[in-house]
This record gives sequence, structure tokens and C-alpha cells, in this order.
Amino acid sequence: MAIEKENFSRRDFIKNSSMFAGGVVFASLINPYKFVFATKQPKGKGKWYGIGIDIEKCIGCGSCARACKIENDVPDDPFFFRNWVEQYTITNDERILVSSPNGGIDGFKQPVPDEDIYKTFFVPKMCNHCAKSPCTQVCPVGASFESPEGLALVDQSYCIGCGYCVQACPYGCRYIDPLKGVVDKCTLCYHRLEKGLDPACMMACPTGARVYGDLNDKNSAVSLFLKEHNCAVLKPQLNTESKLFYNDLSQEVH
Amino acid sequence: MPLQVKRLLLVFAIFIGIMLVLKYVLTPDSWREYGPYRGNAIGEIASQQAKYVQKESCADCHDSIAEIKSLGEHINLQCEICHGPGYQHVDDENFKMEITKNNALCLRCHTKNAASPKNIIKQIDAIEHNEGEECITCHNPHQPWL
Repeated sequence: MAIEKENFSRRDFIKNSSMFAGGVVFASLINPYKFVFATKQPKGKGKWYGIGIDIEKCIGCGSCARACKIENDVPDDPFFFRNWVEQYTITNDERILVSSPNGGIDGFKQPVPDEDIYKTFFVPKMCNHCAKSPCTQVCPVGASFESPEGLALVDQSYCIGCGYCVQACPYGCRYIDPLKGVVDKCTLCYHRLEKGLDPACMMACPTGARVYGDLNDKNSAVSLFLKEHNCAVLKPQLNTESKLFYNDLSQEVH
Repeated sequence: MPLQVKRLLLVFAIFIGIMLVLKYVLTPDSWREYGPYRGNAIGEIASQQAKYVQKESCADCHDSIAEIKSLGEHINLQCEICHGPGYQHVDDENFKMEITKNNALCLRCHTKNAASPKNIIKQIDAIEHNEGEECITCHNPHQPWL
């Protein structure tokens, strides 16, 4: 038994094709599914915060981590941090030793004698405030979000504490607050920015190793930092569009 | 239209109706103000109290110390790095700030470590450099080299 063929005329074919094409154009104009796909507001003319960290200037004093804990009521236990400092030591026999005792708050000691060290430096770490943040994309309840200023924030009254975002962050910048049972993270001290103050870590840095500012303003501290230094971001292969730029970042840092 | 289909359509309509009511009741006020989250959350985060008041506030009253400090190497340091957050002291002058005089505070920054850049900070080996002496007997922390 043969399949019966319908006989389309050329006129019908052109008519149907143009109706379909017109329909697609019309649908793209009225854009009915915009709210389904829009994960964030398009970047506007407002502030768009970025951070710069100069590894050449970091002395490993841990003032940033200490000030952050005090300012934001981060639990004192040594494993909850919104920002912390890591000490990288590369030995002459090419081992890479990374240490961060209590986030650097209690100071650092070199794990090997000075004559065995090939290279050593401090790397302060904090939330990268990614433009395509993996952490906000996995939130099942819409409690993690990117603010219009480009800051990854948490709505703590809406968070259910499931911890997906803690796992999703490739930089390890989130933790579950043991008292509140909800997730907590760096806000770039949003409450201080709104009051015209610097974020606690930026304020506490004695050597000016940390800068922040508006990436849309080409004369802001962070824009000038990017202009004057050859900067890199952490884990660029993950395409998170991180807005934390390091000067003098070694490849060993992850 | 067969009866079964009519009943099915009715069930669908009731289901969709319940969903719409639930959506209306459960969606918070400012949802989707900026994006798929509660817009009011931004204001709630911004309303948190700032604890560090920064050195301009300190200099309002302690202008003589601010002047001494502005002549020394610690000019760019915030007072609150050593003295702790000042929000309670600003509201109530009887609430005293931390005045730590031990060497550990100085050595937070000035301790000798191969990872600290030599050109950025003067580093001290606490054992070689006048062991047992208090740093502040020779150095005024507000003006370390005068």
C-alpha cells in the first residue's frame, strides 16, 4: 500500500512559507517568551561594579578578612568566610603548597624554610560578582540574584538553605550560615556602598591592594586599575564573566 | 463534543484556575521589579548597619591625632584597622575603642614573611629586632618614624 501524496501547488507552498516567516517575525517583535529567557536585566547605564586586586601589594595581614567578619557578622568559626587570603608557596622541587590558616586572620607562616622557596605570594579571595554567575542560575526559589549593579546577592528571607549555590560557585565564595540556616555571601558591603562608605575589606587594606568601582565609568578606580595593569580573572575557562580582576596572577592559582 | 472530553476540559479549567489563584497569593509584592527575584530584597540588604565609620568620622573629634598621623608613614591607614569598628563609639563616647599596645598587633602587618613584597612594607623579624622590647617604646604607632 502506497502512502497517498498530497498535491501542493507552488502557490500554496509560497503562501504557507511566507505566512510562517511572517508569524516568526511578528512573534519576535511582540516577544511573548521574553520573561522565560531573561535571567537578568540587560546591562544598563547605571553602576556596574567591578573589583581589582593587586597581588604585588598584598602583604598577607588578613585585615580584609578580619574587617569583613566584623562588619557582616560572619560566624567566628574558622571555616566561614566572605573573603580570605591564601598563601601560595612554590618550592624549588616544584611542589605547590597552599595554606590559609583561619583565612589569614591569625597570620601566616611559611611551610618550608626560605631557602627551599622558589616563589611565594598571597592571593586574597572573595566573591567574583560574575556577570554570568553560576550560583544565581541554580537557585530553585529565586533567592539568589544579580542586582542591577552587577552584584550577586542573596534574599535571605526567601532562601530555603538547600545549598545548591554553595556547590555551584566555582570559587567557593558561599557558605550556609549555621545560625540562620540560609546561605550567606559577600555583598561587596552593599549597605556601605549605599551609605557612601567603602566596602569593609577595601577600607581595611593597609597597602591599597584592593580597589573597586564602576566599570561603566572609565575614570573610576577599578577602570584605571585595569588600564594600568595587565589583569586576569580566576578560572576564565568557565565563562563566568568574573568581575574580580587580579594583577600579577600566577597560573598556579585556582 | 463527547461527555468525557467536556469533563476533562472542566478538570483542566479548575486546575488552571487554582494555579492562577496560588500564583496571585504566593508571589511576593516586588517580584520581577528588576528580574526574577524580590526587588525589596535589595533595600533590605542595603538597610544593614555599617560598623566601620572610616577615618573622616574619627577626625571630626580626634583632629590632633589625625594631624599627627597625616605626617607619618601610616597616613593611608584607617584608624579602625587597629582600633576596631567605631559605630558604638560614635553614638556614645563612653563606649571605649580598643587600644592594643602589644607587639602582635604591629606584627600582623610587619612580620617577616617571604611572601610579603619587600618594597611595600617594612618587615621585622621579631626575634632579631630588639627581642622582648615593646614596639611602642621606640615607635609611635601614629607616626612610626618621628
